[in-house]
Amino acid sequence: MTTASASPSTNSWSAFRTWLTQPLVMGAMVIGYVALSILILISLDRTSLWYPAANICAFPLFVLSPIIVLLSPLPARLKLTIMLALIVVVTPIIGLTNTTYLELAIQISIFAGLALGLNIVVGFAGLLDLGYIAFFAVGAYLWAMFTSPAPTIFQINGWLVPDWAFFIFLIIGVVLAGIVGIMLGLPVLRLRGDYLAIVTLGFGEMIKIIARNADQPANLTNGAQGLHGIGRPPLPGFAVDFTNGLSGLFSIPLSNPETVARQLMFYFLGIGILFIVILVARRLEDSAIGRAWTAIREDETAAIAMGVPLVRMKLMAFASGASFAGAIGVLFAAKQTFIDPKSFELMQSITILAMVIVGGIGGIRGVLLGAIVVTLLDLHILKNLSLQLNALRNVNFVIPIIDYPIRNWPSQLEPSKYQPFVFGLILVIMMIFRPAGLLPEPRRKMELMEARGEDSGDDDDTDMPAPAAPKRQPAPSGD
Amino acid sequence: MRKMRFLLLLVVISVALTAGFAQAQSPTVIKIASQTPLSGPQSVLGISMRNAVELAIEQLSGPLAELGYTIEYVPFDDQATPAVGVSNAQIIVNDPAIMGVIGHLNSGVAIPASEVYNDNNLVMISPANTNPLITDRGLPTVNRVCGRDDLQGPTGARFVAEELGVETVYILHDTTAYGQGVAEFFRQEAEALGLTVLGFEGTEEMSNFDGILQPILAQEPEAIYFGGIYSQMGVFLRQARAAGFDGYFVGPDGTDSSEFAELAGDAAIGTYYTSVAGPASIYPNAAQFIEDYTARFEVPPQPFAAQSYDATAILLLAIEKVVADGTAPTREAIAEAVRATEGYEGLTGTITFDDNGDPEVGLYYVLRVVSADPAEWSNNELLATLEIPSPLMMAGM
Amino acid sequence: MTSQTLTPPGAAGYTVSKGLLPALRATWVYRFVLFPIGQILVFIAAAAVVMTILSYILAFFVPEPRANIVLADQIAKQLPGMIISGISIGFVYSMVALGYTLVYGVLKFINFAHSEIFMIGSVAGFEVMTRISASGAIGAWNPVILILVIVVTAMLISGLVAVVVERVAYRPLRGAPRLVPLITAIGVSFVLIDSTRGLMAITRNDFNLTYPTNDPALTWLTTPINVVINGASVGGFNIGGTAYTTIIADSAEVSGFEISGTPISEYYYGGVTIGGRDLRANQIEVNGARPDEILIAGQNLRDIQRAANVVNVRVTSMIIVISAVLMLLALNYFVNGTKMGRGIRAVSQDQSTAGLMGVNVNRMISLTFFIGGAFGGAAGALFGLNVGTVTPYVGFIPGLKAFTAAVLGGIGNVTGALLGGLTLGMVESFLNGILVYFPAFGQRYTDVFAFSVLILILIFRPSGILGERVDEKV
Repeated sequence: MTTASASPSTNSWSAFRTWLTQPLVMGAMVIGYVALSILILISLDRTSLWYPAANICAFPLFVLSPIIVLLSPLPARLKLTIMLALIVVVTPIIGLTNTTYLELAIQISIFAGLALGLNIVVGFAGLLDLGYIAFFAVGAYLWAMFTSPAPTIFQINGWLVPDWAFFIFLIIGVVLAGIVGIMLGLPVLRLRGDYLAIVTLGFGEMIKIIARNADQPANLTNGAQGLHGIGRPPLPGFAVDFTNGLSGLFSIPLSNPETVARQLMFYFLGIGILFIVILVARRLEDSAIGRAWTAIREDETAAIAMGVPLVRMKLMAFASGASFAGAIGVLFAAKQTFIDPKSFELMQSITILAMVIVGGIGGIRGVLLGAIVVTLLDLHILKNLSLQLNALRNVNFVIPIIDYPIRNWPSQLEPSKYQPFVFGLILVIMMIFRPAGLLPEPRRKMELMEARGEDSGDDDDTDMPAPAAPKRQPAPSGD
Repeated sequence: MRKMRFLLLLVVISVALTAGFAQAQSPTVIKIASQTPLSGPQSVLGISMRNAVELAIEQLSGPLAELGYTIEYVPFDDQATPAVGVSNAQIIVNDPAIMGVIGHLNSGVAIPASEVYNDNNLVMISPANTNPLITDRGLPTVNRVCGRDDLQGPTGARFVAEELGVETVYILHDTTAYGQGVAEFFRQEAEALGLTVLGFEGTEEMSNFDGILQPILAQEPEAIYFGGIYSQMGVFLRQARAAGFDGYFVGPDGTDSSEFAELAGDAAIGTYYTSVAGPASIYPNAAQFIEDYTARFEVPPQPFAAQSYDATAILLLAIEKVVADGTAPTREAIAEAVRATEGYEGLTGTITFDDNGDPEVGLYYVLRVVSADPAEWSNNELLATLEIPSPLMMAGM
Repeated sequence: MTSQTLTPPGAAGYTVSKGLLPALRATWVYRFVLFPIGQILVFIAAAAVVMTILSYILAFFVPEPRANIVLADQIAKQLPGMIISGISIGFVYSMVALGYTLVYGVLKFINFAHSEIFMIGSVAGFEVMTRISASGAIGAWNPVILILVIVVTAMLISGLVAVVVERVAYRPLRGAPRLVPLITAIGVSFVLIDSTRGLMAITRNDFNLTYPTNDPALTWLTTPINVVINGASVGGFNIGGTAYTTIIADSAEVSGFEISGTPISEYYYGGVTIGGRDLRANQIEVNGARPDEILIAGQNLRDIQRAANVVNVRVTSMIIVISAVLMLLALNYFVNGTKMGRGIRAVSQDQSTAGLMGVNVNRMISLTFFIGGAFGGAAGALFGLNVGTVTPYVGFIPGLKAFTAAVLGGIGNVTGALLGGLTLGMVESFLNGILVYFPAFGQRYTDVFAFSVLILILIFRPSGILGERVDEKV
């Protein structure tokens, strides 16, 4: 791809570019961007024919703004202030205007937390885990079993806990999932790479099968019927007032303030947990443990030789990754109020893995971005694309230049039926053109280039890597 | 820089789309949404339900058009996944023009999604969720036009015990909330009637039943009851007959699809099934529906298509009732009007909702497959028709 | 003793220990026919014997897991059925596992999209067979040629799809960290599933694709072969879909008896009804008598059926086994006996050195994908023929199991894939047959136990049953 920089272009252009990179200009641009994205989002006309298409563009623009701020060369304090304002003030207000956004924000915070947890196992320690959703399920079932009115042995024996125990169970979820992580870690310590992948995959399936069948002989999980009416953390009294106040302040009419207040509570809970997860992940990454994980990931044998306690470090990776998922599972169950084994399919593990890899494996910012992109793609962009086409079909829209009526499009090929197709296509194209992810972690990029050998001089930002010459693989020693 | 350009492009597009193309829809547009799986292995059923809703809107929105309202249809794909269903529900409740939802196929999706609808006073009519919990929660906006597992399963068991006169039965289910639910209720009733249950197994296997069949063949049950959907049962039955199973085969309303005959082939003949949908042979409307549907979509309707049609019809009637005197429709009013539905003559029977949203009297049919030809499906022999009041009615009696 | 990644024992370069018949051992027939067949037989026998012994040990400790169920009796009754079902599904797993293992051998990466290649094979097989059936002349086809055409077409299509997938989605990523092609493969999986679904939705308006085995001209395919255990057989007519060729009750032949004046051989299911009920679904009612009241030679019809331990061997299962064995022989010859096979082996050992030695690495990799894909496709078509109905989603479960089988046997090892597949098939079949009698578990836990076996094996042999120990180079 020929970028402007590649051609010896006019001096004024390069001067313009230099001017653009000045902190002040950059800052103004970033703030302008944030303001513009908010403006667009709140000025969307929901009755417009083109609302879904505009929505496809507008909401991602807004959601990406914290990441843009994060990446911009602004002073750290200013960055923090803007991000805080975006997350704590702007998002709830926008969420009030349209609770879809709030729901999306909650889903993003849940999946971002999961992706960060998986990133510890896969990204930091290099252990490929295809059954990560199992730990999520452990957390979710833990809270669900203790609060659901379904006829489980907990309900029958009166072991149910009150709703305020939610916060205690968040911690129990962390501990329990961590223990399960260690239990999985112990037998698979000796396995590497692909063997580990299949065993973790099997483990994920086993947890699901157990969840589905543990209604006999003693009813623990209510089997395929799932657990309904799961307890939600009590809504603090001020939350409804706060929501009402907010809606009054911005004159946003609310049909059901309590529901919105609850959504807001889950949003703040999700963001809070995500914040803690980010904090812990960062501390881990920079600690001696994080360096030991890097060593294991890059060369296990060398790591052992250097005195890295392999067993402890691997178990630590499994346990910390799992415990994140445990806590988020508790939150998920409370938010969803219904879970069944179908909520924890292999597909979910793969989606979370895709988030990690699409964003940029190993790096926290990258993984966050990956979680945002994949969640939006799945729950927002593809969905609205279908809605847009449907809206056009309803008004019998005719594509102007080629004169093609949308209605003639065969119903077998409706886009809403082919979301997995688009998702798959995007994954493939992403990986071919940006194998290190959207926001590559520097060390990863280095590792990638090392693997690529002489191609490593390339500009990262560019094209399809030249069909690589056959590379030397770590060949089996044989004889 | 490239990122910047990309984002800039997004900004331009969204500004253009919001400002430039602002082709506002008129306020007289009322939207009806549906949520069913349109992708994934269950999409055969989901798409059929979606088509039936579309057909109902095309055929029955005439009176509303006379009142000046345009009915638009917005189908959603819940992918049979609870998380997706809930996130769709959020989109649905945030579109002020949507006045009702038809859905879902899976109870596991319907239960959490209906909480969202209910929080926003949006009415949901379920054509397919037979799980008791759907209505037993007593939500004012949640209704269903289909029967309940806790009535259908026992109906099958009584038929097997009393009419077929068997003594041993082997029960299978598909491990879904629906299949396992109905199988569980079948088992309870069967045991109460003194039948010997030789096995109660769940399986997710969709194609290769060799291994599963071995213990069945060894125990030689006189009948197999399979709580599941035809796509699994048809394949199972064909293999079971090929492997030498010679007892009765009985299923719930998930059997009720011409596709079952296609999948099972000759093995389908002689299969008994209970159903909550009136067979076309005695409901002239249903025959007309099958004809119209097949003409419009080039495939025969699947199970729950007739119920979806009925659900949509009830919703349209309720909207009509609300807007008839010139008031603007509100979700609350429509939800109330739906619950007040009385004596609606549909394809699947006469529907009056009780206070929980169940049909006051559920009609349950027992049928027998007579031909391996899918085109002959609507001629299946009707053996019994049972009228069973909903649990709420039963308690009131 | 060490063996190369893709080199099963008996291959060139394998040092033959001196022993019996050294002259025979050196011959082509031994290396490419006798030895592999022997190996397969040994694997089958070993898997079956081990599982049988384990089941009887279980029966010894838990003689009566449920009221009125004597486990040992049930095992005895089910044994032949369980073994046959284990073998036939085991071969399917093996053939799919070969695709995983071959690709892993040359590229050291798991082709997750392989399960979709299997699916495409099954759909291609359906298309071919349906087209032949629609032409109306399927009865005129020679059975062998018919199966051959179906399987070979499926192999070609699947092989080509696999090559295209490699070219488009994997080749640009060669050398990237191993997680990257893994994600691509997952993406390719979605794309393949949905394109197949779209294609079928447009052309057939449906995606439950049923093989036209109902065609009356195909009775040779659908009529099971009865293997009679303990000397008694019921036959000569169809009861509820089971064809019997002769009736032997208490060693007395009673073929040719009549119901209400009609020879029973005419009562094929469908159409014929007696007293308003048809023969299907066990509704033979003769003058008000229910099936268990019909007496043949003084014995109750049901009792005869019960006593006669007839094992139905489905023709399709036999086709799977025969085709799989033939294809495995061909693969063994190709990899170990031809120049191209040597190229593949060279690439799998060391790509750059192989390239320096004049091997066209890219072509060898494409070839590997083609062979792996073709095996997957053949397995798909045979599987479809056996189970009757396939969908675009049919690949996932067998793919997962086959992947497990490949790892179980030692991924990258061709013989391991065979052993892994057969072992997994057998374990699964036995678990399905026996867990039923334990109410606390049931068949639902089959996969849990199967995965537990895998984990156990991997704990004690982290590189699979036949995988060689890979010492990491520092």
